[in-house]
Amino acid sequence: MGMTIAEKILAAHCGKDKIEPGVFIEPQIDLAFGNDITAPLAIEKFKEWGATRVFDPERIALVQDHFTPNKDIRSAQQCQVLRDFSRQYGTNFWEVGRVGIEHVFLPEQGLVVPGDLVVGADSHTCTAGALGTFACGVGSTDLAAAMITGQLWMKVPHTIKFIYRGEMQKWVTAKDLILYTIGDIGVDGATYAAMEFSGEVISQLSMAGRFTMCNMAVEAGAKAGIVEPDENTLDWVKMRARRKWKLYRSDSNARYSEIKVYRVDEIEPQIALPPLPSNVVPVSQIEGIDIDQVVIGSCTNGHLEDLRLAAQLFQGRKIHSGVRVIIIPATPHIYYQALKEGLLEVFVSKGAVISPSTCGPCLGGHMGVLGEGEKAVSTTNRNFTGRMGHQKSEVYLASPAVAAASAIKGRITHPREIS
Amino acid sequence: MQIEGKVLKYGHNINTDEIIPARYLVTTSQEELAKHCLEDLDEKFVVKVKEAKILVVGNNFGCGSSREHAPLALKGAGVACIIAVSFARIFFRNCLNMGIPIFECPQVWQEVNEAETIQIDLKTGRIENLSQKHSYAVLPYPEFVQQLIDQGGLEEYIKEEIKTKLITL
Repeated sequence: MGMTIAEKILAAHCGKDKIEPGVFIEPQIDLAFGNDITAPLAIEKFKEWGATRVFDPERIALVQDHFTPNKDIRSAQQCQVLRDFSRQYGTNFWEVGRVGIEHVFLPEQGLVVPGDLVVGADSHTCTAGALGTFACGVGSTDLAAAMITGQLWMKVPHTIKFIYRGEMQKWVTAKDLILYTIGDIGVDGATYAAMEFSGEVISQLSMAGRFTMCNMAVEAGAKAGIVEPDENTLDWVKMRARRKWKLYRSDSNARYSEIKVYRVDEIEPQIALPPLPSNVVPVSQIEGIDIDQVVIGSCTNGHLEDLRLAAQLFQGRKIHSGVRVIIIPATPHIYYQALKEGLLEVFVSKGAVISPSTCGPCLGGHMGVLGEGEKAVSTTNRNFTGRMGHQKSEVYLASPAVAAASAIKGRITHPREIS
Repeated sequence: MQIEGKVLKYGHNINTDEIIPARYLVTTSQEELAKHCLEDLDEKFVVKVKEAKILVVGNNFGCGSSREHAPLALKGAGVACIIAVSFARIFFRNCLNMGIPIFECPQVWQEVNEAETIQIDLKTGRIENLSQKHSYAVLPYPEFVQQLIDQGGLEEYIKEEIKTKLITL
């Protein structure tokens, strides 16, 4: 019996040729990271335990992205904890203006490469699986342990294979595929599993699209989302990697706990209704719900191609007078590219606001928190009760195309209606 | 070691945003986080938990964000043990690492009522419903996890590693 890509990466990181799901291991970590919410707790543990060094400062990143630029005094102090720790131990740290949303920023910086084993104290760490990396979210105590020892206890997950066949309809994006998948299997449909995304549709997806799909694996309870590396991956990695990479592919006789095949031809743009990412319906079924806010960005959909798609829809049209639109490029590099391409000009001229790269409104942090009874269409990844603000506010998750179309009409809208 | 207490019961898919909303994540203080624990789900939770410290919940408890502030808030609020139909992966790790006793037992969720008194034997994993005079056996932890618990969680394990191996590096 062969191994899946996830099993191969885990085996390689504990010096084994063969590994099986369910086995407990303590593999070597290639990169451990945390943010301004989770890292302060890890640093507290680090000090409390009497640690005096990190295993390798180059392989640790502290990313201030959640409540930054500092939203208040207390969040400023949390960032100070990261800054001080990085100065003392030499770990990777970037100042506001040069830092982005961790899951897009770290791969862009070349700190994550194919074949890596990455742990991050943030649930969306699974995003990096798009590179053919095994990346999983952990807690703050875990991060503290990983920073000290360079290792972490893990259970080898079983792998579920998702095969996407056919041709995507116009206006259907990677976001629609992953929403459709979560709608099919549920918010605990892949608990503890690695979700391997494959098939000709995935081969044709851009890297941004692959990141979007892997990003939301955790919304089905998965430990990791992963895509086998190919030419697309290599083109992307070659320009960025700061370390050597290694390409792993699943064996043809690998063991999967389940294989799901989707025909994408039938899938139309999807939307997840509150309060769960699995409450997914085709957009056409709920068109017409009035909205107050649209957020286009985040670690899920803050890539350059997401902004291009939104700008394309806004071009020559107006944002509805009752809607506020917040655009959040995921990293300063994406922000700058969007500026050079004239995308930001489109957004600003139509009355959207451009936010610095921050998680901000996605988790009800700042820069776009919702009030009582307000509704938002958002390209983010969670629509839990109170996620974006007041407990009686509502978040509808969708693609940048659906979000932009809805912003123009002032209500949930299928993009074909305005194009 | 045994824990005995009254039951507080909630539903499925309770996520860490509900357990501790992000608006309070500007601190790592257990006491402060505890004050707001589960307030968006049940505004009386922090009062109720003083009387009923065993949490019985449905599927996928602790899903969503990896924030360890969630188990920290529950611990601070006085939750002594959590019995769920199932737990989300990162929340499960966080509880083990912090030494919070958690068990998966779908039957308990189906059969135990709120405010009943139950007793849990942490060593054997036997749960006794003292109100209904009925007992349940939970699934044993895998050996590796049991060792981790016996050592006092990841914290003690790493402290030992620091002492024995890493201090001289």
